[in-house]
Parts: sequence; structure tokens; C-alpha cells
Amino acid sequence: MPLRAKVASSVSRTAAALSRAAGRGDGSVIGGWIGLKIDPDLLAHLSAGRAIALVSGTNGKTTTTRLAAAAVGVLGRVATNSFGANMPTGHTSALAKAGSTPYAVLEVDEHYLAQVLEATEPHVVALLNLSRDQLDRAKEVAMMAQLWRAALVRHADVRVVANADDPMVVWAATPPADPARGVNPPHVTWFSAGQRWHDDSWVCPECGSTIQRSGEQWWCTGCPLRRPEPQWIVEDDGVLDPTGAWHKVTLQLPGKVNLGNAATALAVAAEFGVRPVDAVSRLGTVTSVAGRYAQVDRDGRNIRLLLAKNPASWLEAFDMADVAPTLLSINARDPDGLDTSWLFDVDFAPLRGRQVLITGDRAYDLAVRLDVNGVPFQHVRTFDDAVRAVPPGRLEVIANYTAFQDIRAELDRVN
Amino acid sequence: MSTESLRIVWIYPDLLSTYGDRGNMLILARRAQLRGMPVEVLEVRSDQRLPATADIYLIGGGEDGPQALGAQRLLADGGLHRAVAQGSVVFGVCAGYQLLGTSFFAKGTKCAGLELLDLSSDRGPTRAVGELAGEIDPRLGVPALSGFENHGGRTHLGPGVSPLARVTAGVGNDGATEGAWRGKLLGTYSHGPALARNPALADLLLRWATGVHQLPPLDDTWADRLRSERRAAVAVADRA
Repeated sequence: MPLRAKVASSVSRTAAALSRAAGRGDGSVIGGWIGLKIDPDLLAHLSAGRAIALVSGTNGKTTTTRLAAAAVGVLGRVATNSFGANMPTGHTSALAKAGSTPYAVLEVDEHYLAQVLEATEPHVVALLNLSRDQLDRAKEVAMMAQLWRAALVRHADVRVVANADDPMVVWAATPPADPARGVNPPHVTWFSAGQRWHDDSWVCPECGSTIQRSGEQWWCTGCPLRRPEPQWIVEDDGVLDPTGAWHKVTLQLPGKVNLGNAATALAVAAEFGVRPVDAVSRLGTVTSVAGRYAQVDRDGRNIRLLLAKNPASWLEAFDMADVAPTLLSINARDPDGLDTSWLFDVDFAPLRGRQVLITGDRAYDLAVRLDVNGVPFQHVRTFDDAVRAVPPGRLEVIANYTAFQDIRAELDRVN
Repeated sequence: MSTESLRIVWIYPDLLSTYGDRGNMLILARRAQLRGMPVEVLEVRSDQRLPATADIYLIGGGEDGPQALGAQRLLADGGLHRAVAQGSVVFGVCAGYQLLGTSFFAKGTKCAGLELLDLSSDRGPTRAVGELAGEIDPRLGVPALSGFENHGGRTHLGPGVSPLARVTAGVGNDGATEGAWRGKLLGTYSHGPALARNPALADLLLRWATGVHQLPPLDDTWADRLRSERRAAVAVADRA
């Protein structure tokens, strides 16, 4: 590592430690920010000599990264950005903090995938899904798929692990070959994890025709784009691997969506030569991920935290949550997106019959939505009011990003 | 109003549904049902024929590709034009508002609109993203518009339409006016579930569709709180 990179890396670690000591946060961003100021190529320098996996997509990337890091851990030490700090500053912090490791598994914000591919030259990239998320500032779904596709053309040697059930991901992962310029599409291993949300992929990104669905199959009615045959498949409470062997997966994380994340993690680890039979037990050691799924006992209530940031992840959260009193908290600060329109893309009907409480900066937007949805609710000012308003026992908390962080702070930054 | 129930058609949710557009259909249906009106809602996909006999047609927002495709299919189908000729109500939002005009731009190309409203849209210098508020045309008898906009287009109104509102915050058509209306056709850049924050506008569409001049009032406590909260937020942003 060049001297400048060494200094930058060391300063970055110190800044992160200071930030944590000062109680200013996880220190997972500030360290990288300072390091990159000193050496703009620090991420590339820190990546050199490591076998790296990147994990990107709209939903599930933090959890899948954690599971994949556990699986790759079979082979040796793994650096990872486990606090969900998923932009280059976060990657830089994570790698600097970890010191020298043979492996790294990094969660990447979908907007930064091209840049991080360039800097880290990964061995494998996992593409999970693309759906509407923070539309007031995020790229629209088709545009994001186009960006991924353009980035992958420039990295034909990377191994891609991609979701066969998401037409946008399939299209992004299969750029056309360009023999004249010696460009070949990357090798793709497909996984199938099921998908509840289909509303962003009715129109073919290739030709604009309608995409038809029947059961798990989908195909474009105007061009050859269709669901590829997956090699990794969620089946019952386990995962079928490419050899046809079925592995029971016992997770401490709830919901079918996490079984899908586990399948993806096993597929990523397999690209490094990890056998699923060796990795599968390690997946069960993951209990919560940056506060997601964490359980806290307070005043006789067992509070469980679920993060839901966009329509697709709300549908998954309702599936994970127990039939119990439920607090919903909505903010619309910068990291959340300033627009709350997506609330009407979520059907809250599964909450009927549960005691529902609402809070957050934008509780009134949620109130109007629930009213139209015929879901009775009670508005509370604070998290403590919510805890007091429910009987002893389980309280499910479903919140979007900054609302989730606010509640996590109330619970002493539970991980 | 057609036959025995209020028929609401959501046009092409497979193409034009990006920002919670479903909300407008749900809100209209709910507000009609709470007044004891039987309601029938139809979601008509772009590969289906559009019925010409519904009372209210809703067109939502969408990305450029789906917007262009939606306009082509509606022109080929002709059902919406027949419905308008028979006096049906049309409510267009964002991309769905633009395509009611004579032309709009999608993916850098000028596309033919439905020519149901005398307006045309082109690309603005910047994307308009944020709170949108305005004083609605007093002839409509509806309180101030409150919404959120997110669009790259600018819309120029011809003499055959009236602006829906005079902009007090945000951009709307061009920074001065927002939306347009003529007869029982109304369009706005207040995107997605625009009616969630504007229950009086929802009731205006219901009055147009039913011919009932006075609808029983509903409990709009939460919508009223939301409106005043947003009004305060816009005022704070103005002072900053």
C-alpha cells in the first residue's frame, strides 16, 4: 500500500473511533470520509489483494451482506460494512477498520454500484432486486437497471449472482455481447427467492412490451427476455443448490424473504468455493442486522424492530410480523425520501384486527392512508407513549429508515 | 351517473402507476361508499379494451417509456374519447395529465397526446421536485391545493382550458399556474395520491360524476391535520 494510503487508512480508523467515543454514530461513515479526503484512491488501495463480493439491490442488501459474510467466513476473515453504511465512504471505513483480510463482503447502495465495481474489482456481485424506492430523488427503476447493465459490460470478468424472479435484474445482468470490442457478458448464476412485489416490472426494459406472469414464470410478449432457469432455489424451509442437493436452513431471522437472502448468501459464498453444507450452519448465528429484527425487553413488552423502507419491503414486513400490537412509524427526511405517496402502494389490510399505533414526523400521511384502508389506529406522540399504550407481551415496530434509527436510539442503539 | 352504481376506471395501472396512484381510485371509492353509493372499480390493463361507459376515469403518473406507450394505446383504443364525448369525468395526474394534451416529450421525442385538453408539454430546465401548493380556481369552490410534485416537464395552456390553480409554492405547469381543467376533465402535477391531501377535490369529481350538487359531509379530521401540517411546512421552507 502506498504511504499516502497507509496514512489515510490509519487516520480513517482513528476518526471512526473518535466518532464512536463521542457518541456521534457508528463511526462507519466519518472515518471513510476523512480517509478519502487524504487519498482519493484509498478504496482501491484497501481493496487490492482481497477477494471481494458486492451485494446490491433495493431491498435485503444489509441482511444478505451479513449472511454472505457469515458464509464466506468458512474460509477465513471477512471484512464487511455491517452497519449498512453502503456508500464508498462506508466501504473505505470498513476495509480500513478490518485491517488485512483475505475476503470482504460489501453492501453497496444501488446508485454507487458502477463506482464501487470500478474501485474494488470484485470477484462476485450479487444483484438482489430493483423496485420503487424514494422516488423523489432516486433514479426511476428502469434507469437504475440501465446503469447496472452499463457498469457490468465494463466488468465482463466479474461473477454475477442475480435474481431470476426480477425482470429488471435479469435484464441488467445480461448485457449483450460486443465481439467487435472484445466484450463478453459476465457469467451469471441465477437464484430464485420468490417475489411478492411485481408492480415495477410489467413493462419490458428491453422492448417496452408487456411482461406476462404465470406462477413463478415470467416472459416478455415482445422479445426473448424471460425468466432464466435458476440454479439456487428456495424450497420449503431450505435451499436447493445447483447439484440438486437440498439444505435445511435454520435462521434466527423471520420471514420467507430472509430464506431468499440466505439462498443468495450461499450462492455468493459458493463463488469463492464454499460448499453450502459447510456454510449453512453459520447462517443461523446471525440474530439481528444493524438493529433490524432486534428484540428488546422494556416494561414487560418484548419489542421487535422491523425496517420497511418502500412498498416491497412493507409487504415483507407484514409477512414477518406476529399478529400482535403493532407500531408504525413514518418519517420523510432526506434519507427516507421526502415523498410519502408510496404509502398508497402498500395494502395495510393485513393489520386489520391488530392493535395499530402510529407515530413519526409523517404520521398524518399514514393516518389518511389507514383511514382509506379501513384499518383502525391510534396516533401517539412518542415511542414511550406507544409502549405504554399496549399490553405486556410482543410489540412489533415497523418503521422506515430514519424513524427506525430514532427508535433504535431510544433503545440505546440496539444492534 | 351510469346505471345503478358509480363506475370508476383506473387506466393502465400496469403502465401508469409509479407514485401511489392507486390512492386516487381508493379514495374516490371510499368517499362514495361512505355516502351509501354503490361503487364498481375497474383496473383496465394496457392489453385490454377500455370501457366507454364509466363515470370516472383515472390516469396516473409514469416513466417516459410507459407514458408514450400509454398514449399510443389510448389513441388506438378510442374508448376514452367516446367516454369524454358522453360526459364522463377524467382525472389525470403528472404523466397522465400531460398525455391528455396535444403533445408531450418522452425520452427526448415529441409524442402525440390525446388532444382532450388544449395544452402541450415540453421539457423544463430542471426537474421540479417538492411540495406544490396553489389557490384553486374560485369557480371550482375548492380550498387550496396541497401536493407533492416530481416531474421534468413544463406545460403550456391554450385558450381552451383554465388553470386549475395559481401556484403559491413549487412549480406546477410553469411556476405561475398549475394543472388545468375544462368541463369535467381535470389534470394536475400534484402527483400520486393527489386526492389524499385534497378531499374537496375528490368530492368535486364525485359531484361532477353524479350530478349531485351537495354531498353529505365526511369526517376529514386526519386529512385536515395533514393539510395544515403541510401548509406549515411549506411556510417554514419559504422563510428559510
